[in-house]
Amino acid sequence: MPQSATANILTVLDTDFKGIIEEWLGTQVKEGVKRSDLFSDAESRNQNRELLKAFSKGVRDGVTGEDFDFDDNQWDDLRAVLADVSRERVNRGVTPTEMATFVLALKTPLFKRLEAMLDSDHGVLIRDVMLVTRLVDAFAIYTNEIFILEREQIIDRQRQEMLELSTPVVELWDRVLTLPLIGTLDSARAQEVMENLLQTILERQAEVVIMDITGVGTVDTQVAQHLLRAAAAVRLMGAECIISGISPMIAQTMVQLGIDVGTVSTRSSIRTALSDALLTVGYVIKKTEGQ
Amino acid sequence: MPSPSYAAFDEKDLGAQVLLSQYKLRTSGDAVTVRQAVARYMKEHGATALSVTRFATAVSEIARNAIVHAGGGEFSIYVDPRAKQLTVVCWDKGPGIEDVELALTDGYTSGGGLGRGLGGAKRLAKIFEIRTAIGGGTSVLMSVNL
Repeated sequence: MPQSATANILTVLDTDFKGIIEEWLGTQVKEGVKRSDLFSDAESRNQNRELLKAFSKGVRDGVTGEDFDFDDNQWDDLRAVLADVSRERVNRGVTPTEMATFVLALKTPLFKRLEAMLDSDHGVLIRDVMLVTRLVDAFAIYTNEIFILEREQIIDRQRQEMLELSTPVVELWDRVLTLPLIGTLDSARAQEVMENLLQTILERQAEVVIMDITGVGTVDTQVAQHLLRAAAAVRLMGAECIISGISPMIAQTMVQLGIDVGTVSTRSSIRTALSDALLTVGYVIKKTEGQ
Repeated sequence: MPSPSYAAFDEKDLGAQVLLSQYKLRTSGDAVTVRQAVARYMKEHGATALSVTRFATAVSEIARNAIVHAGGGEFSIYVDPRAKQLTVVCWDKGPGIEDVELALTDGYTSGGGLGRGLGGAKRLAKIFEIRTAIGGGTSVLMSVNL
C-alpha cells in the first residue's frame, strides 16, 4: 500500500474527532482519573479537545516514515498545551499516575476505530496500533516529565520561601533584637542567619541580641559551633549576645558533648532573656498599679 | 548490611537485632533524615525525651562525620524488640581513621569543627563501637535502650 504510516490514524482522527474526545473522556471516567471534583465537565472536554487537536497536528506533520521526535518543532503545539494542562493539574493536586493514565486512556478510542476501519487487513492494523502505542506512550512519558518539572519548581520555590522565613531578625525594643531559630541550622542557613543578623545590628544600632533556639530540636557540635561563632561576631560588633531557649534535655546533651559556651550568656527561656536585655538597655517591665 | 569490608559490622555483632530501615548518606539533609527517623522510632516506643535528644544528637554527629570526612555512606537502623534495644550502624568507604584514640579525644579535629563530635557521641550512646581501617572505611555501631 503506497500510503504513509500515519494515513489511517489521521483518517480516524479527522472523521470522528468529537467521538474520540467523548470516548476518551468516558475511558477517563471508567479508569477513575477524570477528576470531576477538580475540573468541570466543560473544562475537561476543553482540555481534551486542545490536546487532541495538538496531537493530530503532530501526527500530521511530525511523523516521517514511522519515526518521530517529540522535540521537533512540529510537536511544539502539543508540548505547549501539555505544559498548560499539567501545570493546572499539578496545582490542583492531581497525582502523576492519574495524569499518565489520563493520557494513556487515549489509546482505546483510537484502537477501536482503527480496528473497525482495518478489519480485513490485520498486517496494517498491527502496524498502525504499534505506531499509535508508541505515539501515545511518548505523549504520556513527556507528560510525566513536565509533571515532575512542575513539582520540582514548586519544591524549589517553597525551599526559597522557607529559607527566607527562617531568618527573620525582629526588633523587640529599642536596641534589642531577637532571632528565633527554627528547625535545622546547617552551614548554608547559619551563614545566611549570620549575615542577616550582623547587618540588622548595624542598621538598628542594637546593643543586645537574643538568639532563641526553642525551635531547634537538636543541638549537635555543628549547630553549637555555628551558634558560638554568631555570638562571637555579635560581640565583635559591640553588642551583647544571649542564647535563650535551652531546654533541660539540650543542656544535658551539650554537657555530655563537651561543648563549652565560654562567656556567652545563656538563658532557659526567651522571657528571662528579654527581661535581662531590657535591663541592659535601661528599661524595666513594671506592673501597673491597681491591677 | 553493606558489602563486606574489614571495617564493617556483620550479623555476629548484631545478634538478635532486626533491620528496620536503611538510608543513604550523601548530603547534610540526609543526616537530618536519619536523626529524625531514629527520634521518631524512639518516641513511638516510649523512650524519654532526654534519651531521645541524647541519642539523636549522637546519630547526628556520626552521620555528619561520614558525610563530611568520607563523602557519604550508609546508615542502618536495627531493633531488638525483646531486649528493647535500638542499634544504628553508620558505614562509610572513606579513608579510615589513622588514630582512633586521638580522634576520640576532645578538642582534636581534622576538619575545622569543634573536635567534640566523635567523643561526644561515644559519651551519649550506651554502646559505642568503632571499626576502621586505613583506606577501608569506617563503621560506627551505637545502641540505646528503649
